[in-house]
Amino acid sequence: MPERITRDDVEAVARLARLRLTDAELDLSAKELDAILGHADDIASLDLAGVEPTSHPYPLGNVFRDDVATPSLDRDEVLAAAPAAEDGMFRVPPVIGEEP
Amino acid sequence: MSESVGGTGETFVTNRPQQPQNPAVPDGWEIIIGLEVHAELATHTKLFSGSLNEFGGEPNTNIDPVTLGLPGALPVLNRQAVELAIRTGLALNCTVQRSVFARKNYFYPDMPKGYQISQYDLPINVDGWLEIPAGQDGAATRIGIERAHLEEDTGKSSHMGGASGRIHDAAYSLIDFNRAGVPLLEIVGRPDLRTADEAKAYVSELRDILVAVGASDGKMEEGSMRVDCNVSVRRIGEGLGTRCEIKNVNTLRGLGRAIDYEARRQIDLINSGEEVQQETRHWNDDTGRTSTLRSKEEATDYRYFPEPDLVVVDPGPEWIESVRAALPMLPRERRARLVERTEVSARGAAIVVERGLDNLVVAAIEAGGDPNRTITHAEHNLAGDDAGRLTPEGLAALTRLEVEGAVTATQAKTLLAAMVERGPSADPVAIAAELGFEAMKSDELDAIVDRLIAEFPDDWAKFCGGENKVMGFFVGQVMKATQGKADGKAVTAALNARKP
Repeated sequence: MPERITRDDVEAVARLARLRLTDAELDLSAKELDAILGHADDIASLDLAGVEPTSHPYPLGNVFRDDVATPSLDRDEVLAAAPAAEDGMFRVPPVIGEEP
Repeated sequence: MSESVGGTGETFVTNRPQQPQNPAVPDGWEIIIGLEVHAELATHTKLFSGSLNEFGGEPNTNIDPVTLGLPGALPVLNRQAVELAIRTGLALNCTVQRSVFARKNYFYPDMPKGYQISQYDLPINVDGWLEIPAGQDGAATRIGIERAHLEEDTGKSSHMGGASGRIHDAAYSLIDFNRAGVPLLEIVGRPDLRTADEAKAYVSELRDILVAVGASDGKMEEGSMRVDCNVSVRRIGEGLGTRCEIKNVNTLRGLGRAIDYEARRQIDLINSGEEVQQETRHWNDDTGRTSTLRSKEEATDYRYFPEPDLVVVDPGPEWIESVRAALPMLPRERRARLVERTEVSARGAAIVVERGLDNLVVAAIEAGGDPNRTITHAEHNLAGDDAGRLTPEGLAALTRLEVEGAVTATQAKTLLAAMVERGPSADPVAIAAELGFEAMKSDELDAIVDRLIAEFPDDWAKFCGGENKVMGFFVGQVMKATQGKADGKAVTAALNARKP
């Protein structure tokens, strides 16, 4: 049976998610993810012509809040929890490259 | 219903009348422009939490657990943001549909959750169009809108330190999350635009629509409307070229300059045998150039998936129709109203609506004003600021004086200027009397015409013999005799009436 997910795929996704995986973890993840896609293949083999795609498992929609303000968090308290702050802002390492 | 990204919607560019060569590019080339506009919606609070949506506050004063992406914080959708999105979608002639929020995954410090909540394959608005008003030499043109979807804004980063002061050399960055979570509508236009002027007209029309429906204040200078610009070039008749996306365009003027610069750059590359690289470029308004923004490998793989913390939004026909019914008159309809009621050109109607004089014109016509004389004054003799200085009744009375032949077109212009100067209570009849613009009675005019015919028999014979240019001579003589008080049209009519 052809592999649906390769070790390289897992490595690429791990890099995007900023995860460092050991060799053993890469092998295991490839196997597990492959099984999940196998399940998707099983579903795809059914006749689903009249079935709407499911984005959510809940039979719910249109859940809203009114456009009403709630209190802000205290800035000093929040910034005290940050690794670094300056002038009321979070201080972070230099951001290079394109803003997505 | 379901729509795929990139849809099958109509592209309108083929409807456009033949355009003259764009002077910004060499003969035989054309620019293909598609704009993505992010508009901040004018809600009271953020898209997914009750933190305030306001511009210009002290940094990090409008923050809460949802805004900061703290673990366990859950988003709840702001109904008003959906309402404003629907309003805009309908004003842009979109189909409003059942929509789903999705996570757009990337790591950047202005988005602390590690993902932005946006809409992907099921945006709330799809397949619309916007009409850009007629330009100097064209007709109005429809530009396709692919989609207009809801998403949350990011925080704001300031890049600090570094020897050169350039972004790439920053020593560190400071983040303010006040803007994070502010509701945005991303309006993705189809690549139907062909010149910098069209692109500017598109943004300007879009801004007018957003403001008209109360969806956004449309202020580019405050960042409540931000434009990303996709530009490619091609030899006319050939397939599409490789496009570049230009960011950091903050003014309409900058947008036009950026497009023309980028088009030249791409044509020069192609002419020198090189290829245009698909990339994101940064517009520098000071140098008037675009430059490559360093792009991280795989940065465009956002791994979208449905946002599990939010359920579907399905406005349904009742909500959609109630929003549609409450829409105000849109700029396009305001232009059409003038074209229907008067003989104004499409361009003239665009100018009058742009100046905000159309309501005055319509009210003056309804108050018994002459439609064509009213719109002529609005198009040629009035500025936008003048609307508040005039009443519809005053403007209507002025045009009636013209129709009655009591004042000439030139005198009417002088009267109008005096009315604007004196303000809403000014009475054109009284001002006309004051300025000595007496009624030139038709029997008075007849007497003068008869006298002149007798005085210049040779010229009259020529006129009667078909030399129409002699008409000008007689009109001039009448004007001289009446010190300009005669109406040109009335004189022409009187002369023609006497022709055997």
